[in-house]
Amino acid sequence: MSASNRERRDAILATIRCGLKRGALPEDQAMMLRARLAAHPRQAIPARVDLDHDGLIELFVANATREYATIDRIADRSELPEAIASYLRTQNLPMELIIAPDPALQAVDWAGTALLTARFGRAAPADMVSVQEGFAGIAETGTLMLPSGARTPTTLNLLPDTEIVVLDAAQIVGPYEDAFDRLRVAGDMPRNVMLVTGPSRSADIERTLELGAHGPRRLHIVLVGPHGSGLDGAIA
Amino acid sequence: MLNTSPAFKENARRAMDDAGLQKALDRAKKPFAAVRAAAVARLPEFEALRETAKGIKNHTLAHLDFYLEHYAARVEAQGGAVHWCRTPEDARTAVLDICRKAGAKTVTKGKSMISEEIGLNEFLEKQGIEPVETDLGEYILQLRHEAPSHIIGPAFHLNREDWEESFRVAHTHLPADRVFHEKRDIQAEARAVLREKFTAADVGITGANFLIAETGTSVIVTNEGNGDLTQTLPRVHIVLASLEKLVPTVEDTLSLLRVLARSATGQEFSVYTTFSTGPKRADDLDGPGEYHVILLDNGRANMVGTEFQDMLRCIRCSACMNHCPVYLTVGGHAYGSMYSGPMGSVLTPALFGAEQAHLLPNASTFCGKCESVCPMKIPLTGMMRHWREREFERHLAPATARTGLGVWGFFVRRPALYRAATRAAAWGLGLAGRRRRGHFARLPLAGAWTRERDMPAPEGETFFARYGREQRGR
Repeated sequence: MSASNRERRDAILATIRCGLKRGALPEDQAMMLRARLAAHPRQAIPARVDLDHDGLIELFVANATREYATIDRIADRSELPEAIASYLRTQNLPMELIIAPDPALQAVDWAGTALLTARFGRAAPADMVSVQEGFAGIAETGTLMLPSGARTPTTLNLLPDTEIVVLDAAQIVGPYEDAFDRLRVAGDMPRNVMLVTGPSRSADIERTLELGAHGPRRLHIVLVGPHGSGLDGAIA
Repeated sequence: MLNTSPAFKENARRAMDDAGLQKALDRAKKPFAAVRAAAVARLPEFEALRETAKGIKNHTLAHLDFYLEHYAARVEAQGGAVHWCRTPEDARTAVLDICRKAGAKTVTKGKSMISEEIGLNEFLEKQGIEPVETDLGEYILQLRHEAPSHIIGPAFHLNREDWEESFRVAHTHLPADRVFHEKRDIQAEARAVLREKFTAADVGITGANFLIAETGTSVIVTNEGNGDLTQTLPRVHIVLASLEKLVPTVEDTLSLLRVLARSATGQEFSVYTTFSTGPKRADDLDGPGEYHVILLDNGRANMVGTEFQDMLRCIRCSACMNHCPVYLTVGGHAYGSMYSGPMGSVLTPALFGAEQAHLLPNASTFCGKCESVCPMKIPLTGMMRHWREREFERHLAPATARTGLGVWGFFVRRPALYRAATRAAAWGLGLAGRRRRGHFARLPLAGAWTRERDMPAPEGETFFARYGREQRGR
């Protein structure tokens, strides 16, 4: 840190302390605050997520659909290429995929499905359809948690016109807090964590909501899990 | 940068005669309140969450020095840099230094009120760096050389014709006779034009809705995804944030997020809520190589410990202006500040001085709607009253107002005389009012007031007299 930066920092902190009518925080109080940071306690969680896992899946599907995401369900990842190909056909979209280099997606037999071409890596501006691995689905508001990393580049969530997120049904949780708990177990905070609720949109022109502002126009979620697990109401 | 706050009255008058603006305001009035009410109704815990949110920010402000230091240490531990800035000039210089070192020619920008506050675009242009606003609303304002009129819907004062006209003027590489069939055609054109800018930019500048001390993270909330493209594609990411954006933990942030979108747009959650922590990691496939935070004070540290400290709880949701009868009549530009409506009337004098902005705290009917919808329970009317007191003490109020208050003060200190005078006035106005169907279109000495609206006639009796009568009758 440069000397002038340090000077400005000290001046700002001194002004704040003057307003608070004290000097630097006494050590015993600082310890209590550090303990709170380490414990990061939860505040109240909305009761709408007090459901069993099947109930959470239903809530996730209902909320994501309400926010203009589309949802498909498959029992097993072996069905993934055909499910995606079928979605692309109905939407009249190109069959070229840029896929997250995640082992769970790399293990899929993409070449077995006619006309589908698959490439792994980050997205380039020309890519039209991406396939991302979902880290968690948050039932509270139908929100996906998509952290960045070597296996899950952020550009897949932003550049293509259509983003397809593959999500294991077991990864659906109730509140945002549960998803962050899982993230903490997985390691340090990734560089980028996107919470995504539906496709990109804007209402800047005369307050009329239009999908597809700068990010994807379509967000398609493929839920992977055994049939009959709260998915019967899912919308294809 | 502040321009026309001292001319609030003239601005307001012009705004009321502006047919295009009035059309835009009429379009927004009902939905603003309706979407928030619907979102609140869907979450039974909303009221309790407001209290939680207020508690989180009060706790943070009471220990702001500690949390700022902790936050900065976390950012630096992850390879980011924090640039402490007391003044807008400090902030502009810090941004320019980073851009120069990166050899930047083009800078993409997500929506940031701090950028407006420090006048960044103008400054960068003068230095030969092209700033490109990427939020759809901010983009058209940049094309039109206009200021935002709303903190989250910056271009809501424009109509479709304005969009089409500006795009035809600016996008000369496209056929001049193209037709915009739908509003989505306008949006699609902006998307295509800005895509090229996103990929060409050397530096991306975003604001921040929250800074998290626990993890050294900045959080942005958008619906378009422009902020994410801005902070992901260029080599350098600069975050512009003022120091009251601090929140202790991720969990605290989540509680604030639960009230933010509902209060702002009536959404349960915005489309993109993104947590950014430092530069690209060793094995990341994308993301910026540098991560800088411009941490701006600009008068906020001075608010700590004063009667204006509560204003630092503000999370910029815009609920106060969306429900304000004054804002919804004159729009945001009349305030002459990037912060308009009730929150702007309190914040603008604190940031830019009461001499410049003393008229703004008077632009309120004190109906209290702003406070009743504020997710952070900020006592906005109380703080506007504090500003009015200061205005009076510092002799910033106009002579007529001072004389009027002097006359009122003379009577109010003589209760018998006051009652007699008000009784006579109420009786006289009540009598005259009955002949005018209960409303006065014009009144002596109140021409400025009755020019825009009718004065309802009193019933003929003062409250005091009626109260006394009814008490005796019980």
